[in-house]
Amino acid sequence: MYRIVKKQVLNPTVTLMEIEAPLIAKKAEPGQFIILRVEEQGERIPLTVADFDRAKGTVTIIFQIVGATTEKLNRLEEGESLQDFVGPLGTPSQVEGLKKVAVVGGGVGCAIAYPIAKKLCQQGTEVHTIAGFRNKDLVILEEQFRAVSQKLKIMTDDGSYGEKGLVTNALQALLDEGNQYDEVIAIGPLVMMKFVVELTKKYGVKTVVSMNPIMIDGTGMCGGCRLTVGGKTKFACVDGPDFDGFEVDFEEAIARSSLYRPFERQAHEEACRLFQQEVR
Amino acid sequence: MPNMSLKKQEMPSQAPEVRNRNFQEVALGYTEEQAVEEAQRCLNCKNKPCTGGCPVQIDIPAFIQEVANRNFEAAYKVIARTSSLPAVCGRVCPQETQCEAKCVRGIKGEPVAIGRLERFVADWHNEHSKEAMKKPASNGHKAAIIGSGPSGLTCAGDLAKMGYEVTVFEALHLAGGVLVYGIPEFRLPKAIVQKEIEGLKNLGVKIETNMVIGKVLSIDELLEQGFEAVFIGSGAGLPRFMGIPGENLKGVYSANEFLTRVNLMKAYRDGSATPIQHAKRVAVVGGGNVAMDAARCAKRLGAEEVYIVYRRSEEELPARAEEVEHAKEEGIIFKLLNNPTRILGDENGLVTQMECLEMELGEPDASGRRRPVEKAGSEFLLDVDCVIMAIGTSPNPLIKSTTQGLETQKWGGIIADENGLTSRTAVYAGGDAVTGAATVILAMGAGKTAAKAIDDYIRSK
Ligand SMILES: Cc1cc2nc3c(=O)[nH]c(=O)nc-3n(C[C@H](O)[C@H](O)[C@H](O)COP(=O)(O)OP(=O)(O)OC[C@H]3O[C@@H](n4cnc5c(N)ncnc54)[C@H](O)[C@@H]3O)c2cc1C
Ligand code: FES
Repeated sequence: MYRIVKKQVLNPTVTLMEIEAPLIAKKAEPGQFIILRVEEQGERIPLTVADFDRAKGTVTIIFQIVGATTEKLNRLEEGESLQDFVGPLGTPSQVEGLKKVAVVGGGVGCAIAYPIAKKLCQQGTEVHTIAGFRNKDLVILEEQFRAVSQKLKIMTDDGSYGEKGLVTNALQALLDEGNQYDEVIAIGPLVMMKFVVELTKKYGVKTVVSMNPIMIDGTGMCGGCRLTVGGKTKFACVDGPDFDGFEVDFEEAIARSSLYRPFERQAHEEACRLFQQEVR
Repeated sequence: MPNMSLKKQEMPSQAPEVRNRNFQEVALGYTEEQAVEEAQRCLNCKNKPCTGGCPVQIDIPAFIQEVANRNFEAAYKVIARTSSLPAVCGRVCPQETQCEAKCVRGIKGEPVAIGRLERFVADWHNEHSKEAMKKPASNGHKAAIIGSGPSGLTCAGDLAKMGYEVTVFEALHLAGGVLVYGIPEFRLPKAIVQKEIEGLKNLGVKIETNMVIGKVLSIDELLEQGFEAVFIGSGAGLPRFMGIPGENLKGVYSANEFLTRVNLMKAYRDGSATPIQHAKRVAVVGGGNVAMDAARCAKRLGAEEVYIVYRRSEEELPARAEEVEHAKEEGIIFKLLNNPTRILGDENGLVTQMECLEMELGEPDASGRRRPVEKAGSEFLLDVDCVIMAIGTSPNPLIKSTTQGLETQKWGGIIADENGLTSRTAVYAGGDAVTGAATVILAMGAGKTAAKAIDDYIRSK
């Protein structure tokens, strides 16, 4: 069992947890992920390693409450334990030798972007971070990003915090100002990554995206996580999650991500209903 | 006087139209009377041709004689001398190409139902025997096993019985390998696998789940931690796809994904947290056990029409004969000598049709089977909303890529000698990881051989 040593509500829909998993903490690198099950009979879900503390033996995860499983996960408190926690899976992000990078995070994708920005900063890369959210209440990790970025732009869809607009507006502005990036690293909803890539293609700036498709095992065994990159089928769990954004077939990835949406919605409603019965 | 009936005792089974709606076991097993009668068909041949057909050389006539004399526990002891998973093998071995193919009674009439008798004996033992295995005195040596499929479990059990401190590292959250994530409940009840694993635990074997070796720990780290030998039984879990257009549409699965959702994650049960598509018209591509299992699961999940699409003919179907028969009885439609060419979808990316070509058999190919050749202009469309690819798997490259000096074949199989020793000292391998997708019994045999070799190696150090 894997104990929750810390729980922190980052915003109404996003929670941070620090999990005791010493072996994984020892090996984890930015860009990798874990797979967890909340309880016996639970679903296996992948979550990116948001941070790790090798000395303490803990791994931090940050998740958005989107379905029945994250709903259940969010109900656990400090001191309680997860049934299963396996990792570190996937290939670490390749950031060596980069001098100047724009990190673009969207919503809970910022949780994945943060450890990468941190690693870049630690190796002396100049980091410009753009973090986008729907509104002020949903902003996360602002202080953490500020500490590792030379420039930080917070964007909100409704302008209730930072600047009003999309992450692509901010990125375009930075590019137009003449910033020459070795690489743009974009992590967030598929649609956001798709638009970032459309923009950076015009500017010819190499762009890495982090794909987060449906997964089961996370070791290359099921192929459920497959996507088309450069015309070839790749498994996100072993070949990724990072891929060259110019090569990813986003239309297909967007279609594939919606397969179980009706099921998830129903399961989510069911979980909420049960929860209300419990508290009553 | 032996029972000279030309036919074997029929297996009591759930009726096809009932069982294709549930996940309970199809074959119910012989009664004691049936088992004894069937055992009496054995001629107790002196030269034991059947034993020669068994990959682990079970003394088949000897155990069958014990059954005929109603000494069921004694029969079990005979089997247990050389096999460790009889309740499993009795259910899933391809007996018709192994022991039963060599049975003299099969020359005129049906061979003795060796597999069914093996199953009977193992089930009888599991039900009646109170003898719990105890942990033997430790010999102070440690061995690590990677993977908890039949090869790993067997190697672990044999080493534990010799006094080794054995730890099994399994990537998934549950031990059992293909026995729990691949082969469905209706063919191999999970309680049987569970019982085998409990037995190992009683022997002192530690099972650590959620341990992906190559990620969380490497083989070299295991050796540094004091394990004196490592056995790799990581199977052949990497699914193959055909590489035809439309394979990434929604509703196209690898058999591994589909079966994992159903078996390991229990998606067929109400209230399971794991989703599964309840398709209406399903095409399963392939002709092996995996294809039959996927097709029969799809049927049980409520599909109205399920096709097996296979590019060769009935004769070449690699699945166990019994599974093909059961699938047919359950209403699976066999589209033989057909090969898919592309998969078509709607505007939402959902599968709507699969295009196939008719094939005919030409000259024999490298495998000795007649090569299927396309009939030009024979394209036709099959209306389906789900396609399951069951065209084979290969070993996962993870262990190779994280273990320096571990040699593999081009296709990924780990190279091991006849004792299971790899190109690395103290590192052994067996089962599907070495042979590519094969059978439970061969994996079990490889685990046994390696256990013996590991013991010899550690003693001679
Ligand atoms: C659907 C299906 C039906 C089948 N039906 C039959 C049948 O009827 N009869 C028959 O004889 N055979 C059948 N087979 C084949 C048979 O199941 C296999 O040949 C056999 O299970 C191989 O055993 P194994 O021990 O080599 O590997 P597996 O059973 O594949 O077990 C390997 C284990 O290793 C684990 N693993 C992999 N990599 C790592 C790692 N890096 N670290 C830790 N653990 C790891 C895996 O998770 C898995 O649990 C079937 C196979 C399938 C898929
Ligand atoms: S999650 Fe199963 S292969 Fe990637």
